Amino acid sequence: MSAQAIADSAIGSTLVELKSISKHYPKGKEKVNVLNELNLTINRGDFLALMGPSGSGKTTLLNLLGGLDKPSSGELKIGSARLDQMSNSQLTRWRAQNVGFIFQFYNLMPVLTAEKNVELPLLLTNLSSAQRKKHVAAALSLVGLSERADHYPNELSGGQEQRVAIARALVSDPQILLCDEPTGDLDRTTADEILTLLQTLNQQQGKTIVMVTHDPRAADHAKTILNMDKGRLV
Amino acid sequence: MYYLYFIMKNLGRKKVRTILTCLSIVIAFLLFGMLRTLGSAFDQGAELAGEDRLVTINRITLIQPLPYNYLAKVKTLDGVAIATQANWFGGYFQEQKNQFPQFAIEAEDYFSIYADMYALPEEQMKSWKSNRIGVVIGKALVDKYKWKIGDRVPLIGMFPQQDGKTTWEFEVSGIYEAKTKGADTSTMLMHYSYFDEARQFGKGTLGWMVIKVKDKNQSESVAKQVDALFVNSPAETKTSSEKDFTKSFAKQFADIGFITSIILAAVFFTMLLVAGNTMAQSFRERIPELAVLKTLGFSDATVMWLVLGEAIFLSVVGGVIGLLFAQIIVTGAAESLAATLPGLMMTSQVLLQGVLLIVIFGIVTGAIPAIQGLRLQIVTALRRR
Repeated sequence: MSAQAIADSAIGSTLVELKSISKHYPKGKEKVNVLNELNLTINRGDFLALMGPSGSGKTTLLNLLGGLDKPSSGELKIGSARLDQMSNSQLTRWRAQNVGFIFQFYNLMPVLTAEKNVELPLLLTNLSSAQRKKHVAAALSLVGLSERADHYPNELSGGQEQRVAIARALVSDPQILLCDEPTGDLDRTTADEILTLLQTLNQQQGKTIVMVTHDPRAADHAKTILNMDKGRLV
Repeated sequence: MYYLYFIMKNLGRKKVRTILTCLSIVIAFLLFGMLRTLGSAFDQGAELAGEDRLVTINRITLIQPLPYNYLAKVKTLDGVAIATQANWFGGYFQEQKNQFPQFAIEAEDYFSIYADMYALPEEQMKSWKSNRIGVVIGKALVDKYKWKIGDRVPLIGMFPQQDGKTTWEFEVSGIYEAKTKGADTSTMLMHYSYFDEARQFGKGTLGWMVIKVKDKNQSESVAKQVDALFVNSPAETKTSSEKDFTKSFAKQFADIGFITSIILAAVFFTMLLVAGNTMAQSFRERIPELAVLKTLGFSDATVMWLVLGEAIFLSVVGGVIGLLFAQIIVTGAAESLAATLPGLMMTSQVLLQGVLLIVIFGIVTGAIPAIQGLRLQIVTALRRR
């Protein structure tokens, strides 16, 4: 491990740094500003909840942090990577190694078993089939679904599907977990289970988590809560 | 292996649709295999034609005879190695449906000129030559009519005998075999001397001449010399290479190659639309899933290949089954059609064309969704969920 990597991995050190980030989309002849001159720092090991009304720019910010989209201007740095300067193919490779995504509607592949769904990100690594199986088993065990490995998504409850999605996000050991309304489609009890799981991952595994949510009770599980409105942090 | 597994799983999500699409591809390739084989069977004669052989017919038409003495004149030409002649007998066995080719020929010269294609055992040749009503038959006729050496075979011919009878009595003196794969063995060969002497009209004429040249590079020049011999005579000749003659003879029935090509083009165009639409529909239904793959870090190219892979996989499965069925049907039909359509077999060329077409079919049907998959924007696609 390089000195830089050791420094990067230290809990509490800066992981994400946004300087004057703006994002706008063209809409006809007009320009719609979604993010305006946003500045933000997220430390390694943080659990950050992003709240705000619809259209405030939460998901856009999450997309930028995940390398799914590029800022119109500003500097976006995660670890030692300058995402704003990367090409699309560089971002694709970076995502595979550094980010785990958790969606509101789980987004599992319906034709694959839980085990095969979790294995997907590992196909982008150099691991052998046996090594992949080992990692998948560990990830499923972590989310408490070892016995459901052979089940298809339609054979699982919503909470179990989201656990599989979390296992898939974790399996390649990413630097940061990005969650877009991870409990938005779940009942309260199940939502609490998922949030507790995320909390555990943050506290015991040291995973940095950024979670977009409308739900104040969900946000209560985070260490830090940030509110957004009209593309700015308020 | 995982990707193949994933492709198969995706195809299996709508089983009925996949099976129906696959069946349509099976039918398309079944037709391809059968029609191309049929076409190549018609071309078989031309493929087997000797490069050093010429065929001379009456300039007006093949059915107009030529004077027999033309043969002697042709034999005097410098470039001619062997020349022989043949006549159409046009008979049938017992019932009109039992038709097969019968030629009245001159035994030694005929088998010399076709020495590369047919073989007749020496003792059978000897026995045949000594039997005025003797005939030799090919293996396809033996298989079909179960004739054997010594059998008497009455044929009803289009030429009446001098006593007005149209039934001609023959005796099987020998059985010739093909030396070249696909060579026609459905022909009966009889002595010209017997035929010419016994027939009521047309005496002293021949149907066509077959000429073997000394040097195949001189074929064209020899052909011109032959035709020049009989220019301005009452029966002018037209000499061409055996290949050209066979091709134009086959086209008298119909241009099978052209007809099969038209049918296949229509079938494949329709199937392209059917399979292409299925692939496009399947792609549209999975846009968010493909976006998730890209989110996880799968490259644009990988997603494109996954989509294209489904189309190619479907095409390979349907195509291979179709060609396999075509092979089974052709093999089954080849035996019963041996006498009428010799050389009916799926050639390696047809098979190769089929395999190539399978790949092209898969690529074309999957191309549009694959390109859409390549260009898929994650953020836009995820919003569709």
